[in-house]
Amino acid sequence: MCGIVGLYIKRPELEANLGGMLSDMLMQMTERGPDSAGFAIYRNPVSPGQVKITLQSSDPDTDWEAIQTCVQAEIDRKATLSPVANHGILIARLDNKVDNEAETEALLNWVENNIPGIKITSIGYTIEIYKEKGSPDQVIRTFGLNLMAGTHALGHTRMATESAVTTEHSHPFSTGRDLCLVHNGSLSNHNNLREMLIGEGIRFTTDNDSEVAAGYLTWRLGQGATLNQALEAALEDLDGFYTFAIGSKDGFAVLRDPIACKPAILAETDDWVAMASEYRAIAQLPGSENATIWEPEPATIYSWERS
Amino acid sequence: MQEFDLQDSGVRDLNSALHQADAEGESFVVANPGGKHNVAAGAMFSCDVSVHGHVGYYCAGMNKNANITVNGNAGPGLAENMMSGKVRIKGNASQYCAATAHGGLLVVEGNAAARCGISMKGVDIVVRGSIGHMSAFMAQTGCLIVCGDAGDALGDSIYEARLYVRGSVKSLGTDCIEKPLDDEHKKEISYLLKQAAIDDVDVDEFKRYGSARELYHFKIDNVGAY
Repeated sequence: MCGIVGLYIKRPELEANLGGMLSDMLMQMTERGPDSAGFAIYRNPVSPGQVKITLQSSDPDTDWEAIQTCVQAEIDRKATLSPVANHGILIARLDNKVDNEAETEALLNWVENNIPGIKITSIGYTIEIYKEKGSPDQVIRTFGLNLMAGTHALGHTRMATESAVTTEHSHPFSTGRDLCLVHNGSLSNHNNLREMLIGEGIRFTTDNDSEVAAGYLTWRLGQGATLNQALEAALEDLDGFYTFAIGSKDGFAVLRDPIACKPAILAETDDWVAMASEYRAIAQLPGSENATIWEPEPATIYSWERS
Repeated sequence: MQEFDLQDSGVRDLNSALHQADAEGESFVVANPGGKHNVAAGAMFSCDVSVHGHVGYYCAGMNKNANITVNGNAGPGLAENMMSGKVRIKGNASQYCAATAHGGLLVVEGNAAARCGISMKGVDIVVRGSIGHMSAFMAQTGCLIVCGDAGDALGDSIYEARLYVRGSVKSLGTDCIEKPLDDEHKKEISYLLKQAAIDDVDVDEFKRYGSARELYHFKIDNVGAY
């Protein structure tokens, strides 16, 4: 069992409250997932020519300033690193003379190979991913989610059933630039799929089944599929139980497997669109009593995007 | 009349009141359920419970004798294993409502999601809207009336429950077939629609579905499959 929440703000004045609203939702999902929690928040887009990377450290006493100096020396351009507990938001200016993708890839490789104990949780222009072992309450307080502003966010509370309880096994999982996945359920063909995807050049850091779903979407998107096409293909290729919420730069999407035994509820008002494993998470939001509420159909993609 | 505001008090306070003998004949009004689980579960006495708002998992589970109305939607497992009494949902019900229920009447004024009436054992269910896939799976006895449509695999591996659907059925499950709608069946539909206070639906528009009885008797021809 796990809990999923997602919130997309339609009225810009409410963006300041995004973190607070998502915290209230996440707290309601504590019983569904008490062992770890995480969230992806879309905020503070970087300028064109910059890239934003979330770093996560296994060492609570990480010297983020030293890492910043290191990165600055390596890429010989402006880079800033803002720590948030044991995570750090690295914003690096890219040298626009060469291909941005290749340059970002080179930077990621350099970080992974040269800064010990550091993992990359997200890459993009607006996304930041924070995750940690512990109850949702602890995770919210550690990162100060309740005070964060942004346009949209996804959250996850984990009750591990398929693999170990560690930060790396926690959700959300990055699936590419500004993309992430949270999952409630369990996949039964993840070992075969992982082998296939490794053959296709997708990297995995854990034995987690949800990471395979994330890797699968990364692979499909990398082949040029749109998010909807990638999800359509996932319906064919992923075997098991799932409710997915997928965050993108401009919105989020929800997909349930054809059996649909993992719960999901969607709600919309003039001010926001929300998804959650259970209504009680949505009940925390202002205006929920007058929201349009429905249960997403099995094997059907629902998505919202900022135009 | 007893009032419970679930924003202030726990669900246990409400439910223990429903488990006491002096609940008999009493009226309960429940405010601000906020999607909480187990609202009005295990009621044992003849009483009226009126819930104002949406409820979470297992509302009205194991109900015996009580008349429970939810002015909102219900989460998964509504009226699971109900024994008797009446449960009415003004909105929609999530998956597996009235699962394994032995008796009583469940009325869903909106739609019911997947697995409605799964393994039903004597309950009567009336859905004003439509129902999701795998409904009435292994349904043993009782009656399911759907005024709208049914999803995939209706009545898969059904025993002797009686299914009536007014709209389309996306597909029938294994061993579930359409059967003729005779006067006795129309009488049953009329009676239950009346119980559900639905009076704008024409009984002749329903189709009846039930077991082909090919699956649950052992057949010597199938011995190789065991």
